[in-house]
Amino acid sequence: MSTHNKPQATNNELLSLQGITKSFSSVRVLKDVTFTLPAGHTLGLVGENGAGKSTLMNILGGNHQPDAGQMRLGGQPYAPRNPIDAIRHGIAFIHQELNLFPNLSIAENIFLTDFPRTAGLPWIQRRTLYTKTADLLAHVGLSLPPETLVERLSAGERQLVEIAKALSIDARLIILDEPTTSLSARETENLFALMRRLRERGISMIYISHIPGDVLRLCDDLVVLRDGEIVGSGPTGEFTADRMISLMVGRSLNQLYPTRRGQATTRPVLEVKSLSQPHVVHDITLTLHRGEVLGIFGLMGAGRSELARILFGLDPHTSGEIRIDSKSLGRAPALDRIQRGLAFLTEDRRTEGLCLEASIADNIALVSLRHHARTPLRLIHPTGWREGVRTMREAVRLTAKAGDSQPVKTLSGGNQQKVVLSKWLLAKPKGLILDEPTRGIDVGAKFEVYQLIHELADKGAGVLVISSEIEELIGICDRILVMRQGEIAGEFARREFDRERVLAAALHISRS
Amino acid sequence: MTPHSQSKPLLFALNNAPLILFALVLAVFGAVSPKFLAGDNLVNILIQASATGIVATGMTFVLLTAGVDLSVGAIMFVGAALAGKMVLAGHPLPLALAAMLGIGMVFGAVNAMFVTGLRIVAFIVTLATLFIGRGFALWITETRAMNLPENFLHLGSARIVGVPVPVIAFTAVVLLAHLILARTPLGRQIYALGNNPENARKAGVRADRILFAVYLISGLCAAFGGIISLAQLGAVSPKFGLDYEFKAIAAAVLGGTSLFGGRGRVFPGTVLGAVLIQSVENGLNILNVDPYLYPLITSAIIFLAVLLDSARNHLLATLSRRRIRVESPARTTVGPSS
Repeated sequence: MSTHNKPQATNNELLSLQGITKSFSSVRVLKDVTFTLPAGHTLGLVGENGAGKSTLMNILGGNHQPDAGQMRLGGQPYAPRNPIDAIRHGIAFIHQELNLFPNLSIAENIFLTDFPRTAGLPWIQRRTLYTKTADLLAHVGLSLPPETLVERLSAGERQLVEIAKALSIDARLIILDEPTTSLSARETENLFALMRRLRERGISMIYISHIPGDVLRLCDDLVVLRDGEIVGSGPTGEFTADRMISLMVGRSLNQLYPTRRGQATTRPVLEVKSLSQPHVVHDITLTLHRGEVLGIFGLMGAGRSELARILFGLDPHTSGEIRIDSKSLGRAPALDRIQRGLAFLTEDRRTEGLCLEASIADNIALVSLRHHARTPLRLIHPTGWREGVRTMREAVRLTAKAGDSQPVKTLSGGNQQKVVLSKWLLAKPKGLILDEPTRGIDVGAKFEVYQLIHELADKGAGVLVISSEIEELIGICDRILVMRQGEIAGEFARREFDRERVLAAALHISRS
Repeated sequence: MTPHSQSKPLLFALNNAPLILFALVLAVFGAVSPKFLAGDNLVNILIQASATGIVATGMTFVLLTAGVDLSVGAIMFVGAALAGKMVLAGHPLPLALAAMLGIGMVFGAVNAMFVTGLRIVAFIVTLATLFIGRGFALWITETRAMNLPENFLHLGSARIVGVPVPVIAFTAVVLLAHLILARTPLGRQIYALGNNPENARKAGVRADRILFAVYLISGLCAAFGGIISLAQLGAVSPKFGLDYEFKAIAAAVLGGTSLFGGRGRVFPGTVLGAVLIQSVENGLNILNVDPYLYPLITSAIIFLAVLLDSARNHLLATLSRRRIRVESPARTTVGPSS
């Protein structure tokens, strides 16, 4: 499968890492990481969240310095002191959260640190800037004027701008960190096609992902990290998706979803009747029962998250009724809904679900803090709330390595999600709305989240799970509703679960 | 990107809130007093707005990086006190003015050093230099007012080809600032840094250098604004430059500069803001309004501008909310049929 077309690219090593080790405050994050990347190859770097991928990339990118070990780039010792150093060495980074400035134009974003100027004068040569940019945009297949502001671009278009930027510095090595998370299926295909073209031009890439299929399709070589160590590496041909996953997780995952033991009751928790909001949702009627796991499936933009926000009182609705325990909520604000037993895990945990700078304990205690402020002065009981935090940490099996006072931003995605879940569980909700509860978290943590969802249902709560992964919903739900264009377009009981039929309902495949 | 047809005019109005406010102020004062719109008076407004405008131009650079410089008024005072002392001691005028600009750069550099080197929040650093500066200047002037020689005042009232010197100075500063912000790498990197400092660092922007430049520019503009103001007043009183930090911030914000960084322009924004504030004061003066009411009225207008800006952001947020359904009788069914 390798096309060694560039003469100098054959087995010439571009990058080699030798015994890279790194600890943060006595926690060993990377241990003796050693691998080489031949020039012109695409290397897949896989591992669960928290396996050390980001730290490794931060070392390559000059954000962190290793405690031990050496790197060589193109045969020369390589020890970047800062990001600028790494850029100068021809290493370009495409981060999961894109590194663009929406208030600047495409051209300005690409040439931000390297504007074309007439020698000796401070002014930017706009004409050169725009022709150079147009040239780069043509390479990545983006047909937009260079002066377009980035805030007007879609996620996929922004990704292409990032790659154009990498090309502008004549990058020898492009590192892509989970680049497809926010892309649509078509944008993802475009990106992959572009990556293949770049590979043909002899550009080396490191592709970080936890989607085994993508890595196997795109990469020449693989490196699997677990707990900061390399647990498997070699040409992609030696790997299968199953082997990759079992290496990543450290045990063979013959089961992706836990067995559902409990059963839904017929007592409703949350009832929605003819809920409508112009341009958003239309005539939504649904019932969530005690002990039920109800899935809502729909394509991007089908109105799932918007429905969740309306149910939780964050967005308005013009008609219809929402009831908890048979009592109408009317226009009650979110706070009221929380007190009546509703919980909402948002789709974007970083910006909406967590106070990133605050500690684990503070985040977990946030919603239920009022229960610990019962004295006349409403002062928080100094120790009482800690008890709850501890119980919750055990309940969600949050990693014991992390102390209560550790800031949430230092946790991996899976552990962050557990903190968000703990926060809501501590408030003992009757009905939970979980919007993409496993987005961006690794296989092992996903399994644990599914288990938690089942445990909650078994204890009598109703759980509404919104997801864009059909398999996930089929794996854990008792019933699935399908949304399309803001309406309920289908309902499937567990015995009727069928991937094709659910998808057909979401796409509205006409039978005419 | 498909706003309601009925919200388009509203958005347009909100987008141009400073301009519309400005037109309103001109219209109201013009209607009440014809003297207000007379050519002489309009030139007067420009002259009076020059000092504030120059200081506000420097302030805009700092605000664009999501910082703030509270020390501008103190810089004006220290510079003026020093220059006054020098002139009264018999030093030549140009030397005194150069010393004043030097003071601005020293203060700017000190602010920048604390902000970049010790990573202290700009608000705290410049609050400290504000008090240090005012205290120092009160001490060297022994809290007494100094009347400056006539030749100083000439500078303020002189005209070159019919254009008053303060207005020329203001125009030159604005032109240069606008070119720097819109057309130089430094300017564009200021916007990037203000939008997201962390990303800017990752993108290889030398954040510390830019912050340094920004505070230096603010200090220099404050000192230069001080010269223009001094040339009009002809005296250094203990209240010289007092509250200029608020005037400058108000002018920038009125002109649409965001306090959160990354958004705003010197031209037309800050210029318009400075002239607007001055027009209000001038109009109230013509109408013989109690001077004690000025701050109330000026701040009401600033409050209105900020309110409109926030309304604009709200509207933008509402408009950009994703449309899922097309609510019209003739609804087309979207979705591929395989």
